Amino acid sequence: MTRPDPSTSVLPGTGLGTPVLEVDDLHVEFRTRSGVVSAVNGVSYSLTEGETLAILGESGSGKSVSAQAIMGILDSPPAVISGGGIHFEGRDLLTMSPEEQRKVRGPGISMIFQDALSSLNPVYSVGYQIGEMFRAHRGTSRRDAKKRAIELMDRVRIPGAASRVNDYPHQFSGGMRQRVMIAMAIALDPRVLIADEPTTALDVTVQAQVMDLLEDLQRDTGMGLVLITHDLGVVNEVADNVAVMYAGRIVERGTVDDVFSNPAHPYTDGLMSSVPQVEAKGGRLLPIDGQPPNLAAIPSGCPFHPRCSRRRLGDAAAPGRECATDLPPLRLVAPGREAACHYSEEVLGV
Amino acid sequence: MTEQQQADLRHDEVTAGTTTGLAAPSVDVTSARQNSLWSDASRDLRRNPLFWIGVVLGFGFLLMAVFPQLFARGADPRECSLSKSNQPPSADAWFGFDQQGCDYLANVVYGARNSLIIGLLAVVVVLVLGVVVGALSGFFSGAVDSLLSRITDIFYAIPFILGAIVILRSGILGRGVVAVAVALAVFGWMTAMRLVRSQVIAVKGSDYVAAARAMGASSLRILVRHILPNAVAPVLVYATITIGVLIAAEATLTFLGVGLQRPAISWGLQIEAGQSLLRTAPHLVFFPSLILTLTVMAFVMMGDALRDALDPRQRA
Amino acid sequence: MGRYIARRLLLTIPVLIGASFLIFALVYALPGDPIRALGGDRPLAPAVVAQLRDEFNLNDPLWLQYVKYMGDLLQGDFGTDFRGRPVLDTVERTLPVTIRLTIVAIAFEAVIGIVAGVLAGIRRNGFLDNVVLVSSTLVVSIPILVLGFVAQFVFGLQFGWFPIAGIQEGWYSYLLPGLVLAAGSLAYVARLTRTSVAENLRADFVRTAKAKGLPRRTVVVRHTLRNSLIPVVTFIGADIGTLMGGAIVTETVFNLPGLGRAVFDAIQGQEGAVVVGIVTLMVFFFVFFNLAVDVLYAVLDPRIRYD
Repeated sequence: MTRPDPSTSVLPGTGLGTPVLEVDDLHVEFRTRSGVVSAVNGVSYSLTEGETLAILGESGSGKSVSAQAIMGILDSPPAVISGGGIHFEGRDLLTMSPEEQRKVRGPGISMIFQDALSSLNPVYSVGYQIGEMFRAHRGTSRRDAKKRAIELMDRVRIPGAASRVNDYPHQFSGGMRQRVMIAMAIALDPRVLIADEPTTALDVTVQAQVMDLLEDLQRDTGMGLVLITHDLGVVNEVADNVAVMYAGRIVERGTVDDVFSNPAHPYTDGLMSSVPQVEAKGGRLLPIDGQPPNLAAIPSGCPFHPRCSRRRLGDAAAPGRECATDLPPLRLVAPGREAACHYSEEVLGV
Repeated sequence: MTEQQQADLRHDEVTAGTTTGLAAPSVDVTSARQNSLWSDASRDLRRNPLFWIGVVLGFGFLLMAVFPQLFARGADPRECSLSKSNQPPSADAWFGFDQQGCDYLANVVYGARNSLIIGLLAVVVVLVLGVVVGALSGFFSGAVDSLLSRITDIFYAIPFILGAIVILRSGILGRGVVAVAVALAVFGWMTAMRLVRSQVIAVKGSDYVAAARAMGASSLRILVRHILPNAVAPVLVYATITIGVLIAAEATLTFLGVGLQRPAISWGLQIEAGQSLLRTAPHLVFFPSLILTLTVMAFVMMGDALRDALDPRQRA
Repeated sequence: MGRYIARRLLLTIPVLIGASFLIFALVYALPGDPIRALGGDRPLAPAVVAQLRDEFNLNDPLWLQYVKYMGDLLQGDFGTDFRGRPVLDTVERTLPVTIRLTIVAIAFEAVIGIVAGVLAGIRRNGFLDNVVLVSSTLVVSIPILVLGFVAQFVFGLQFGWFPIAGIQEGWYSYLLPGLVLAAGSLAYVARLTRTSVAENLRADFVRTAKAKGLPRRTVVVRHTLRNSLIPVVTFIGADIGTLMGGAIVTETVFNLPGLGRAVFDAIQGQEGAVVVGIVTLMVFFFVFFNLAVDVLYAVLDPRIRYD
């Protein structure tokens, strides 16, 4: 029996524009003294211009690590990219020299992080830190860089930008700090912006403002946006496509509408039932049983099987589809839908 | 209850809806956290070669202080013959002879006892002063804290050795082993106080202390049961290193002529006597210096290893 | 900021008073009668003794003696020793020696300590890191007394590179004692720098700097070292105050006529006015440099605001 190779499966329906970022069977390991931790185990996706791809998963699912691998900012050691490829505008980032890679960061791909307070250097003014992008990549003078910084602060709607350009990060509110991060990230008009939990640390009302800002900026610039989050609401609102990660693998992928209305993987299904929804007021919330997997000892077979309510063990009628021993590949389960479950068709109810 | 059992219990309680999960850790987290801290630390320690070097040196020093005759190769430190004055080390007398012609190995070995007694005695006084003043200051804050902190500042501002010299020269303590130990402690307790105070203030604001207080625990009980255990780790590290520092300080005071006096046997006295003969008989300064340094090193290494093991932030 | 400095200055007053009174009390509790000792073999006439005791307020209760002493001190009068030499003369003679020694020591401490710490911190667990860790443990463990003799014996007597005593050769004479005095702090600075650099290299804002595509040099120098050196610079600043009061052993071993040596001789000679005067001066240096460091801290780290 032949199985589709997960690394070559291409999701139909997303290839509208030209792909700017292609991740191909990416593997990342952390090699520590106490053993090897497999954080990312064969992740593939592509991002086209103007697309918003949400990567959804709980902490430890490998979503942030894969993003840091793309940026080339993994702490190495202990992290090692042990396999796969990352292509930006057709060029393989992993075979580039460190200096070439550096020149992609900023003008090509840039990234914003969850905690803007700790992600901004406390001893430099925000204007200096935004202006640094121009100075490092374009050789702009200090004075011009500051002017550009003020323009960018205006663009991300920081009130009174000209008077706040010399303020330090700790003098801003959480939402304003995240805007500073965004201003820095979009300074050089990158083709791809990776946003790693950009709103998790913020108040709900501020979250919406920041997401609106990201949406507007994306529409204006046409950049691709990789949105890493565990917040289903955010995904639902802004993303075109979604990839759900579990234990370092993508377990389900499709358009947001499809995945949210009818999940094809029991894990996604569990996620949907575990969050409150306005329409389903009064309904019972169902948490997913068990703990997230230990990445140093990922369960055999389907990594989700110990927590799965639909697992089938010892089913003689389903050879090669034993949840505890056979790893389900990411496969096409319906038009435009991919999932890594032996029994997706049942989950989908088709 | 093991750590895993506790985690499971908390998890069960949260899922069963019997607790919010937020207040739960406040009940027993002190002992759970302390247990894992210490078991992690002891595993780390046993793997650290510096710790073992420190332990071996420290144990050798301890043996030397308690049973000096085991190391003196049968020589008596007070049996001297002037004909052997300043003889260099040889196969018979490993450390040579001093100016009076006494066996130097025996003298150096017998010097360990006073160093150990002073080091231990002084560190005990330092700890008692530091913990009491620090705990009171941190726990009661306000006026008590201001007063005690100012007093600490005063002692802190006076150079350590200088303060000890003045107090020893004033004669109010006498000039014996106890006097030297107390003099060192009187001008050496301030770091311990600040350490304990800051730990107490940090822990005092934590949720589980608030919870204990909400459950009606008395101030004293909170201080002793919940706050002080958290200060044990840094104080232990500090105390270990400080024994070494105090032993070095004793030798220094004695060298300067304000510490122990003849006929006491002390490394400081030996170094002082050998000082003027550095050109002709360097072994007189060399051997007591070597053993003194190894002794201090033993405590510094053990303390360093302890700190690495107990402070997770330091881990690579 | 101005208000903070003013408040801190006010707080230093009880420290200065407390420390000087503590020393004053201990010194005037010294056994024996310094006036009688002054006469040596030939006892002084009772009338002379009485007059001297009166002149030095030795008949007053301790607290009154202290008040009179501080009153004079505030008018710039440090008093005289029992032989009538002004204490200020002693200070003027010995302070420059201690200042030179401190300058040399701080220079060693800052240059060697920071360079070693940065190299160790950037390549944590590398070869240089282990060299720095082991050698700093060794240096911290060697009592300054022993270090002084080792330096004298090796660099002075064996190699003959440096003078082992006195200040006849100007700044050159200060190199060896300066290095010995600095050794402990130097090891500490190396370790502090190492820890600080290693910690900051893992900081989120350094990750941001890398994500911004800044050159490695900029990431290390501007976003790691600039932040890492804040605690180091403040430690070194405060250490100036410590070293100016802590050089008794070094000055004794190398026979330097500095402040520490002078105060030690004064203690031995029961010269109360000299002891209290110099110790008060040392306490002042200590307090002053600590305050200066707090102000410096606010300049270096914009998050610190004293209001």
